[in-house]
Amino acid sequence: MPSFKVNVIIENKPEIVDPEGDTILNDLILKDKKTSIKKVRSAKMLRFVIDAKNKESAEKTVLTICNQFRIFNPLVSKVSVETLGA
Amino acid sequence: MKVAVIVFPGSNCDRDMHHVLTDVFHLKSQLVWHTDELPKNIDAIVLPGGFSYGDRLRAGVIAAHSPIIKDVKKMAEKGMPILGVCNGFQILVESGLLPGALLKNTSLNFMCKWTEIIVKNNKTPFTNKLKLDQRIPIAIANGEGRYYADDKTLALLKKNNQIVFTYAEEVNGASLGIAGISNKAGNVVGMMPHPERSAEQIINPNNSKPASLIFESLLNTLGVTA
Repeated sequence: MPSFKVNVIIENKPEIVDPEGDTILNDLILKDKKTSIKKVRSAKMLRFVIDAKNKESAEKTVLTICNQFRIFNPLVSKVSVETLGA
Repeated sequence: MKVAVIVFPGSNCDRDMHHVLTDVFHLKSQLVWHTDELPKNIDAIVLPGGFSYGDRLRAGVIAAHSPIIKDVKKMAEKGMPILGVCNGFQILVESGLLPGALLKNTSLNFMCKWTEIIVKNNKTPFTNKLKLDQRIPIAIANGEGRYYADDKTLALLKKNNQIVFTYAEEVNGASLGIAGISNKAGNVVGMMPHPERSAEQIINPNNSKPASLIFESLLNTLGVTA
């Protein structure tokens, strides 16, 4: 069975204040006048290495685990996955 | 009357809570390890502060899956008084016993200072000896203490009188300045500030009496003469 690397990205919903992202934008990037950057949002990334029959099965299992163990708080965060391949 | 103080890996206010309950307010208190069963003869439960599992992933979320939480949930349903302080509040939220979320303080700093909170619900097992709008000088010490709930949840909290404490000053960007809430039934209360660090005059530079009334409320609830 092939092994997949599935990245889980946990990001706060847009309405949640993100002081970390704001600090990176305002006190680092914009201070150097990189004004083309309009927004920075911080997030957490977890990488799961999983044996599965295919990419879809790997992502489904990882998302199920994320929900089961409350890896993200659905009130404030959203989760997305991206698979790096076998 | 006996109070269980639940100890998780990384709890660090469990001994302080045990001391205040037993030595100051003369309640029998028992430290209970998180993988043990809840003793049968318990009348109230406290989830103390600290850094369970080093705040890995999100403060309180891993402890919320501890075996004893199933027992805590059962007791919550039966109406037992349950108090979560700081990390204990985070665990109650992450276990679903209380609504909302506790996010990083807007300052991104760990805050450790004295502040004041205001009593907004004096009907709970932990506030019934306090007056409405009474101010409590109290210690806060947290990094993820910014209470957040969406507008719908906040409306429900207000409607059901579940907002128990608010901060008297802006401290961390919490929704509606919330410092503590209860469940709908009122028997489960979570609060970020530390009453166990504030209820003795020898360690409180202000007035320790209001914070001591949180524990005297529990005595009152349990039918123990204070």
